Amino acid sequence: MDKKLKKTELILEKSLVLFSKKGFYSTTIPDIAKAMDMSVGNLYNYFSSKEELARSVIKYSSDILGAKIRVINEKNIDTKQKIYEIVKLYFTMAVEQPEHLEFFLRVYLSNKEIFKDGCEGMVCVAAFVTELMIFFEKGVRRKELRNQNFFSAFGLFMGYLGGFVFLNGEGILDDKLKNYIDDVSENIYRALKV
Amino acid sequence: MPSLHSKKSIVWIQGITCNGDTHSFFNYPQMKNFAKNFEIIYHPLFITKYDLETILKSKDSYDYLIVEGSFTRVKKYINRRGHSFEEIIDNLSKKAQYIICAGSCASYGGIFMARDIKNISGALYSGEKMEGYWDKNKKVINIPGCPLHPKWLVDTLFALKQNKTVLLDEFLRPKEIYSYFVHHGCLRNEYFEWKIDTKNFGEKEGCLFYEQGCRGPMTHTNCNKILWNEVSSKTRAGSPCLGCTEPDFPRDNIYETKKHMSLPATPAGVSKRAYYSVTGIAKSFKIDRLEKKLI
Repeated sequence: MDKKLKKTELILEKSLVLFSKKGFYSTTIPDIAKAMDMSVGNLYNYFSSKEELARSVIKYSSDILGAKIRVINEKNIDTKQKIYEIVKLYFTMAVEQPEHLEFFLRVYLSNKEIFKDGCEGMVCVAAFVTELMIFFEKGVRRKELRNQNFFSAFGLFMGYLGGFVFLNGEGILDDKLKNYIDDVSENIYRALKV
Repeated sequence: MPSLHSKKSIVWIQGITCNGDTHSFFNYPQMKNFAKNFEIIYHPLFITKYDLETILKSKDSYDYLIVEGSFTRVKKYINRRGHSFEEIIDNLSKKAQYIICAGSCASYGGIFMARDIKNISGALYSGEKMEGYWDKNKKVINIPGCPLHPKWLVDTLFALKQNKTVLLDEFLRPKEIYSYFVHHGCLRNEYFEWKIDTKNFGEKEGCLFYEQGCRGPMTHTNCNKILWNEVSSKTRAGSPCLGCTEPDFPRDNIYETKKHMSLPATPAGVSKRAYYSVTGIAKSFKIDRLEKKLI
C-alpha cells in the first residue's frame, strides 16, 4: 500500500477510536496527533479540519461494515440465514470493535451539523446502505421477504439492532449481547418474511 | 453483378398482424428516394405488379422477403386466398435472398403469441428462446419494434443493397440500430441522473423510469437519436418506453415500474451494487431547479 495511504488509514483508525470514546467536540486535533505520534502540523497535511476528518471516518467505517455485509450477501444461503449472520456480525462488532457502532450512533447520528455538508443523506454511508439494498432486493426476488417500501424494512432491521446496541452500551441488558442473536434474528425474520 | 443503381425487388407478406408495421413504413418521409431504389412487387394491402397467386407460382427469385406479423403453422389462424401461412412462407422464403422480419411479432412472436404460445412465434424466436417457426435460417434479419420505425427498415435495406455487411446482435438485430438504448438522447436524462420522478404522463419534467415503467435504459434501439416522424419520441412526449424492441415484449403491467423493496431493475449492464450506491447518493441531494416546472 502507498505510504501516505497507509498513514491516512492509521489516522482514520485512531480518530475513530478517540471520537467514539470521547465524542467529537471533546476530541482535539492535538489528541489525535499525539495518538499518532506525529505533529499537529503534519496531521493537517492529511486532513484540513477536524470536521473533514470526521466525515472521512464515517466513510471509512461504513466501507468496513459494508464489506463485511457484502461477504454475507455473496454467500449461498437463504435470507433467514443471512439475517442471522448480519445480526451476529453487528452484535459481534459491537463487542469486539465497538468504536465503529459507537461512532455511528454517538457521533454521526448525534452531530448532524458536522455532516450536513459533504455527507448529505447516504453519501458517506453508501457502502453500508447499498449492501442492505442488495440484501433486501434479493430477499424479495427470491420470494422470502415481503415486498414493501425499502425504508420501512431498513428502519425495522437497523433501528432494532441500533437500539439493542445502545441498550447494551447503557448496561441495561440482563444478558450478554451475543445471547440475544437467536431471538433478535428470529424476530426480524418474522417481521419481514412473506 | 447487378448495378447498385438498379432496383431491388421486395415481396411483403403478412402473418398474424395488426398492419402496424405497414402503416409505420408508409410514413417514411423519403419514400420517393426509396421507390427509386426498391420495388415492392407484392404487398397484400395495395395494388402491386403481381398478385399472391402469381408470386407463389413463379420460380423467379427476388431480393428481399419482408414478413410482418407472427408466424404460425396452424391453418385456421391464417388463410390468404386459400393458402395457409405455412404454404406461403415456405414457398416465398426459398426464393428470397434475405428475410426481413419487420416488427416484434415477426421477430419474436409479439403480442399475438399470448393467444397461443405453442403455435404462434417469430421466425426464429419465441420470445427470448430460439424456438421459433424455423430451427435455423441464415437469411433472417430481425427489425423488431411495435411498430418498427420506417428508417430502421429502410436503412437496413439500403445497407444490404449496397452490399455492406450488416452486423447483427444476439437477437439478430442490426447493430447499427440496436446497439443504442432508448435512454440515449432522452431529454429526461438529467432527471434520471438525480433520480427525480415525473408526476404524471405527458409532463415535461421528471424521469419515467422510477414509477411509470419506462424501459429506456434497457431497451436497445435509437428512438431518441433519430426520433419518430422526425420530431419526437415516447419519452419526449411524456410516455414511458415500453421496451417494444426487446424479445420479452409485451410484458405485464407495462405502465408500472416493477420494484423489489422500492428498488427498480437496473439499467442494462450496470451491477446492482453500483447502481444502488449511485442512486442512493444522488437521491441525497435536492436540486431545486429540477423540482420546479420548466415553464
